[in-house]
Formats: sequence, structure tokens, C-alpha cells
Amino acid sequence: MDKSMYAIEVEKLTKIYGKGETAVTAIADATFQVKPGELVAILGPSGSGKTTLLTAIGLINEPTHGKVVIDGAVVADEGWTPGFDLKRMRREKLGFIFQAHNLIPFLSAIENVMVALEINHLSRSEAKSRAVELLTSLNLAHRLNNFPSALSGGEAQRVAIARALANKPKVILADEPTAALDTENGKNVMALLKKLAVENHSAILVVTHDHRMVEGFDRIFQVSDGRITGES
Amino acid sequence: MNLAIRDIRYHLGRFILTSIGLGLLLGVVMSMGGIYRGLFADALTILTITKADIWVVQQNTNGPFAENSRIPEDIKYRIKAVPGVAEASPLSFQTIQIDRMDKPLRFFLIGYDLNGFGGPPVILAGRNIRQKHYEMVVAKGMNMAIGEKIRLGLHDYTVVGITSKVVSSSGDPAAFVTLADAQDIQFKKDNDAIRNDRERIGANLSSIQALSPSQAEFLQQNIARITESTHTVNTVVARLAPDANLQEVQERISRWNHFRPISVEEQTRILTKGMIEKARMQLGLFRIILLVISAVIISLIIYTSTLDKIKVIATLKLIGSQNRVIVAMILQQSLLMGILAYGIGYVLILLTYEKFPRRIVLEPFDLQMLFVIVVAICVISSFVGIRKALKVEPAEALGG
Ligand SMILES: Nc1ncnc2c1ncn2[C@@H]1O[C@H](COP(=O)(O)OP(=O)(O)OP(=O)(O)O)[C@@H](O)[C@H]1O
Ligand SMILES: [Mg+2]
Repeated sequence: MDKSMYAIEVEKLTKIYGKGETAVTAIADATFQVKPGELVAILGPSGSGKTTLLTAIGLINEPTHGKVVIDGAVVADEGWTPGFDLKRMRREKLGFIFQAHNLIPFLSAIENVMVALEINHLSRSEAKSRAVELLTSLNLAHRLNNFPSALSGGEAQRVAIARALANKPKVILADEPTAALDTENGKNVMALLKKLAVENHSAILVVTHDHRMVEGFDRIFQVSDGRITGES
Repeated sequence: MNLAIRDIRYHLGRFILTSIGLGLLLGVVMSMGGIYRGLFADALTILTITKADIWVVQQNTNGPFAENSRIPEDIKYRIKAVPGVAEASPLSFQTIQIDRMDKPLRFFLIGYDLNGFGGPPVILAGRNIRQKHYEMVVAKGMNMAIGEKIRLGLHDYTVVGITSKVVSSSGDPAAFVTLADAQDIQFKKDNDAIRNDRERIGANLSSIQALSPSQAEFLQQNIARITESTHTVNTVVARLAPDANLQEVQERISRWNHFRPISVEEQTRILTKGMIEKARMQLGLFRIILLVISAVIISLIIYTSTLDKIKVIATLKLIGSQNRVIVAMILQQSLLMGILAYGIGYVLILLTYEKFPRRIVLEPFDLQMLFVIVVAICVISSFVGIRKALKVEPAEALGG
């Protein structure tokens, strides 16, 4: 298989929490591929295993069984690939956006974006100009030096998006990015993600349970009880 | 970008308050060290200013500071005559406590021979003693003005000069008078006492049948002169000629049987090992306890501040931060707090140490050691926080 063909490949991915009597199979035998530039939604009721799926692909939740391949690299095959630098993969190829924006409270908007760039070995000045560019493109030029506590929910989420995009990741993982926003702002964020998928040629996986938010997505996976039950 | 400094800047008030608290604690640790050194310096002040090589005291005593010592003043002539001795001078010491302006004034009175040595080391104001009687030079610590008079024994003494902060081994400020005055103050009886003594001697003598009245009269006058004599001193100090051998001189004086010649080294040992040992150990122990308390407090502060940052640390891990970024953030905060606290403590002690009732000696070596210890405490204390931080899972960033 051509290495660059898929951004994400998942094969028989299974995650079981706990052991014995109390074991919970949160995701079972998930198999799919996502190409660069594809915008994919994961829809499903609460507790169906959406977050589990996303975090396993995001390298922060070790799969119990199955295979995860990111940008051609096998990161997990029956557990993490031994010796694989997960952190490096996270900072170079993955971008995360979550329901709660997860900004660092003691850093200003621009610093929150810069920190992702600096840990990826960009110089301070490079990091700064890229952060300004990103935040400006997300209409936050006037909020560069505000702390997260002084930003509105929509503004904070856009800063988080800027941080997720900072290192031009191959894969962006978003878990209910619009849940804390009103419909208007939610739609704006989704539109933004769509635009980014096209412009940056990133694979974008968005978890949501709001059907109204998924129009214009390339594919939609339905999840229920840990299984991908449908695709449209 | 320095995360430690960003976090501190965001919580500046909390950081500064914590550092001030810690700074006060370190200030106390510094003052303990200063008091400890001060005890030494105080104990050795008179030894140092006298610049004698040998202290001749009463046999079998550790005088004149640690124990009482009484020797006749005129032994100075014999000591001067010992080969190798360049100068010898008698000194008298006594602790005096009087009431001055309704407050007890306690001081250490030193009587010295105007023609010898052992007097005030410097004159900061006024002049040295010139008259044979009733003049006094006081140490700065006495807080007396030139011209002020105080009554000692049977006479009034006038302050004519101020000398540096000379203190006794127990920290009392010193005052200088002539040897004759000091002997008067120490030994001279008032007229009633003299009359009583003479009558008692007379009565004793007249009860001796073998004496004629004129013989009794003659004896009574002679005995009275001896008992009323004040020519006793506590020590005679000697300085050696440049080529003299200390041991030879000591041996010669020892051979007289009634005196003990103590070298400066021995005297230093008597003063430091004997007299202030307990206080020294007390202070040392207290210092260690305070340092342990500081270490516990720093650990707790670092640990709780790490707990406050669990979400931040998880987020940093989530976006792929290297461990060193997180370790550096915690370690640097700990060090910055320790260094700031040290600085606050240092400034505090620098501003106040002269106002302490007893001498505080700030030795650069002690302060440097304390700095090293504080840095070590900060590093070790931050391990607790670092251990916690390294265990944080990136997934913890997800929870609301
Ligand atoms: N750390 C965990 N330990 C044990 N069980 C867990 C853990 N995390 C999730 N689960 C369980 O796994 C199942 C799937 O959870 P998951 O969080 O993936 O659901 P979700 O689809 O994201 O739900 P929601 O829409 O409410 O966010 C649930 O039954 C949940 O209770
Ligand atoms: Mg979820």
C-alpha cells in the first residue's frame, strides 16, 4: 500500500476498559481509513465510544487490540509499537481540539499558539510570526495578548483551533468542538474546519452528536455501542 | 518561552506572598547563624583587643573570664623580668549592674594601667582617660554621652570618651577606668566597714595576753593596711618579644607555682569550647530545625502548585511537550521562589541586624552555604512535584 495514501488507517481497533466482571468494551473492531483532506464526522449517542475512538487515534489512549497507522507509521499494533515516540508524533502530526478549549490559563492567546510551535523546535520569532498569522486568519488579531479567561467561548475555541493547526498537522482530531458554543459560533467553527481540511490537506475527524453541524462533511460514521454501524 | 515565569507572572501576588513568608523564615535562619557567629565574636572581643600573648591567672583556674582569678598586682614586675617578655600589664574585670534612668544598666568594667596596655582599642568620640581618677571610656553599646556621670562604688565617674562595641564574653558592653579606680570600686570599703574591721582586729589583738598595748597598736595598724589594700588584679597580660619562645616563657612562670600562664590559643579554647558551647549547640540545632521546616514548606508549596497545574501539564503532554519542558517549569519555579525568598531574607537581616540586642555577625561563608542549601532544598523539594507531573496522563486534559 502506498504510504501516503491515507492519513489515518484503523484496523480492528478494540478498546476494553477494565478487566473481568467490570470490563467495558468501549470500541470494538473498528476498521476504516481517512485520506488527507477528508472531513469526517463521527456521530453517536452518549457513551457509544466516540471519544474512545478519537483518543486511541490521538495516541493518548492505548488500544487493547488492533492496529492504528498515522501517516504511514504503525503507531499501535496490539498495543503501542514498542519504542515509538508518541509525543513526537503528537506534536508533529496531530492537532487536538476539545469541547473545553484546554488553553493554558497563564499564557495569552498568542503564547498558547506559540508554545505548540516552540516545543516543535521553532525559534521564538518564527513561532511568533506564525502564531500572529494563524490568529489573524481566525479573526483574532485584536485578541493576541488576552488571557483565556478574558476571551469569549468562541474566541477561546478559535485560539485552540489555531494551536491545533500550528504545526500544520496531517491529522486534526476534534471532540465536540462546538458543544460549548451557540449555534451561530458552532457553525462558524465547523465552516472553519471545512476550510482547513481543503487548504491544509489535513484529515479531520470531528466527533459530534449534533446532526445540524455535519452538513458538508465528506463522510459521516455512525457509532453505537462501540461499533461503527453505518457510514454515509 | 519560559512557562515558569509566565505562570509566576499570572499568579504574581500569590508567588510574592509565598516568597515573603519563606523569606522571613530564611531571615530567621540567617539571624541564627549571625547570632551564633556573634557569640564567638563577643566571647573573643576582649581577648582580641588586648593583643596579649599570655594571660597570667591564679593557679588552677581558667580565669579570668570563665572562672574567678585573683593575683597580686605587683607580680607584673616579675613577669616583665622573664626573658622573652616584652611588656606586661595588669587588668581587672568585674560585672556591674546599676540603675540608670530607672533601668538596670549592666556592663563589664575593665581596669587597666594607663602606662600599660589592655585599654580601649579606639576612641570614636571624646578622648582617652588622662586623669588618674574618676574618668571613664565607655563602649558604644552603653549608649552614654560624653560628660555623663554615673556613681560607681564611692565616687562619681565621668564619661570622657566612647570606644567601639567592646563587649564581655556574655555580651555586656564594656567600660574602661584606670586600674586604681577599678580596684577601688571592687575592693574599697566604705568608712563604716573600715571602722568595724579595725575595731575587730583591735579586739582580737588586745585579747592576746603576750602583746603589750604598744605592740598591739603597731600590729593593728599593719594588719589594717594589708586588709585595706586593694592591690589585687584578675590577670596580668604579657606580650612577647618577637623572637621569644612561648612555651619557655610559660614554663618559667609555671615554675613559680602560684600562677597559671594561659596562651591565647588556650584562652580562646576556654572561651569558645567551654563558655558558649551549649548556646552554640542550641543555635545550631535550632537552625537545622528551621531548615527542615523550610524544606517541608517548599515541598508542600511546589506540590500544591503542581496539583493546580495538572490540567496544564496534561495539555502540554497532549500537544506533545517533551518531559524536560514540564520538569523545567516546576524546577525553575521552585528555584525562583527559593532565590527570591533568600533575597528577601537577606535584605531583611541586612536592614535589621544592627538593631538586635546582641551582636549578629554575617559571615559571607555562612550566607553562601545557606544559599547552596536553599538551592539544594528547592531542587530536592521539586522532585515531589516533578514525580507527580511525570505521572500525569495526557488524557487528563480532556475532562471538563
Ligand atoms: N477511563 C475509562 N474507564 C472505564 N470506562 C470508560 C473510561 N472511559 C470511557 N469509559 C466507558 O466507555 C464507554 C464509551 O465512552 P466514551 O467516552 O468513548 O463515549 P462517548 O461516545 O464519547 O460519550 P459522550 O458523547 O458522552 O462523550 C462508556 O460506557 C464509558 O463509560
Ligand atoms: Mg465523549
